[in-house]
Amino acid sequence: MDKIVTLAHGAGGKQTSELINRIFKAHFSNPDLTADDAAVLPVEAGNIAFTTDGFIVSPYEFPGGNIGKLSICGTVNDLSCMGAKPLYLSCAFVIEEGFPMEKLEQIAVSMEKTAKEAGVRIVAGDTKVAGKGQVDNIFITTTGIGHIMEGVNTSGKLAQPGDAVIVTGDIGRHGCTILLSRDEFGIDAEITSDCAPLWGITEKMFETTKEIHVIRDATRGGVGTVLYEIAEQSNVGIRLDTEKIPVAGEVSGVCGMLGLEPLYLACEGRLVVFVPKEIAPAVIEALHGSPYSKNAAIIGEVISDMPGKVVMKTAIGSQTLLPQPGGELLPRIC
Amino acid sequence: MENRKVSPKEIIESYNGRHLRIMEVCGTHTHEIFRLGIRKIVPESIELISGPGCPVCVTPVGYIDEAVMLSLDIGAVICTFGDLIRVPGTEMSLAVARSKGAVIKTVYSPIDAVEYAQENPDKKVVFLAVGFETTAPAACLAIKKAKEAGLTNFTILGANKTMPNAYLALKDSADAFLYPGHVNAIAGTAVCEQLVKEGVSGVVTGFTASELLTALAVVIQLTKKGKPFLVNCYPRVVKPEGNVPAQKLMNEVMEPCDAEWRGLGIIKGSGLKLRTAYSDFDARLRFNLPVITGKSNPECCCGNVLQGKCRPSDCKLFGTGCTPQHPVGACMVSNEGSCSAYYQYGGNFNG
Repeated sequence: MDKIVTLAHGAGGKQTSELINRIFKAHFSNPDLTADDAAVLPVEAGNIAFTTDGFIVSPYEFPGGNIGKLSICGTVNDLSCMGAKPLYLSCAFVIEEGFPMEKLEQIAVSMEKTAKEAGVRIVAGDTKVAGKGQVDNIFITTTGIGHIMEGVNTSGKLAQPGDAVIVTGDIGRHGCTILLSRDEFGIDAEITSDCAPLWGITEKMFETTKEIHVIRDATRGGVGTVLYEIAEQSNVGIRLDTEKIPVAGEVSGVCGMLGLEPLYLACEGRLVVFVPKEIAPAVIEALHGSPYSKNAAIIGEVISDMPGKVVMKTAIGSQTLLPQPGGELLPRIC
Repeated sequence: MENRKVSPKEIIESYNGRHLRIMEVCGTHTHEIFRLGIRKIVPESIELISGPGCPVCVTPVGYIDEAVMLSLDIGAVICTFGDLIRVPGTEMSLAVARSKGAVIKTVYSPIDAVEYAQENPDKKVVFLAVGFETTAPAACLAIKKAKEAGLTNFTILGANKTMPNAYLALKDSADAFLYPGHVNAIAGTAVCEQLVKEGVSGVVTGFTASELLTALAVVIQLTKKGKPFLVNCYPRVVKPEGNVPAQKLMNEVMEPCDAEWRGLGIIKGSGLKLRTAYSDFDARLRFNLPVITGKSNPECCCGNVLQGKCRPSDCKLFGTGCTPQHPVGACMVSNEGSCSAYYQYGGNFNG
């Protein structure tokens, strides 16, 4: 097989079949993935959740994962947030001409492994090859269908005063990993992305209680952005206890040097969860049983004052507003 | 102190003496004071003023105009710290210049700009050298590297500044300064000792909650005594002699000059320019730039804000015509700027 992806691999002929057979079918094979134009899937009773996400991360490989793993986790986690057991995924690749075949296979292997872990089947796909310079290495779009568990109703509109705010692990890892991987700062630190499929821990939470009001995955924009979205959607205030927010030492070190706020760095394996205060300890206990959420913590509460705002209890016992960043994150210069 | 050990926080909260104006002159201090909610615990009789400590904020409008001219008219590639890109010039910011075809690259260190010049010998590369004693040594290092490499396509547009004469210019605006710990880490404390003789009081201050509270408490306690003072409250980082190699490097490559500060006008001996031996790397000389006097929006109060004459929220543009997304003045552009900090941390919410 060719060592690099060429325009011929996207032309629909013999080389396209070869690429599909050798890479995608070899790793994604399952009874629902057929050669027909569309997958035929059984319909279950109840409601389905349906979502899509595009992935264009640069670099496409980073400590703790690659774009393939990310593309499965992103969609699986979006479904999980709605209380939906992820069932089926489609994936569409746009590959830059000249992309190494070996790397493409590594990406497919990661997708296979992550999908298996999440219990989801890849049932449809598409491959396009774009000319050199038209895309940055490889772009992937995944679309997913999940079956919403009975008795579950989560939404960003459902946060209520008296809810505890939980994060399922230390924050800012993915954003920090990507920043350092771009090698623009000359900083070396042992940080790996938190990228992980989270249906497992979501299911555990729902086994503990169905009374979960909100679940969001804190991806682009980080936990801070998610909290502001929920404060606005539910028209409530959120008070954070800054001392309780789990941040790995390496991440806070890098943020300290560059003047960045970990609350605004992306996570790819962390959920923000709103549950009534009384149930929160049981949820935390359930989360601590999984390696993906062993550092889960209650970081704040929903209040009826200051609707739409996120305030922080600071290290000196004072209170301040969590600032909302605009534009791109910039390291400070003094 | 009394018999019982009193915490810095208690000293601050219980202060009931005369009106006290304390000015921080470091953008990171401004940011941290807001982030930690220190303004919420400070009694009304203590006024915390955010002074001219953000390099982007004190850069005059004319400097942006020079950079725009270099990029659009002379075709230079501008390498700059990100914050500067959105600062409004007389006619346009560098961001607008970019949309008109200017090539503007964000760098995180002046050395990156030198490397870019090395890799692109056909391009005229200009680094926008702003910043205080903390960033000037890196600019000097970049110039030395460029000279050693024999680069003829690298220059800097200089606007580096030093703090000592700014303190003197601002001495009537504050009863005491929180000196910027990282500037003192480079410059040492001798300059501040000299200022005591001129009647200027201050405390060298670190950046953690306890360092900031301690510095404020020390100011409160020593002001009561009525004599000018200097205390180094950041001894884990700041040594009296400072960072001698960095000072030597700065001294070798640059020399003092008069400099324009946005809002404060020309302050004698408060700038740094390249020495004659390095003047080949001066973009103004290389490209024969005319003298440009910029014009800022007349309604913008950045100048008064920088001198502590008014609060950001007193400006009629604040939060309406001027926001971090659409800044009019430089103090709203940079995260370290006082207008931006007031806006982002909720202005009135923090008082």
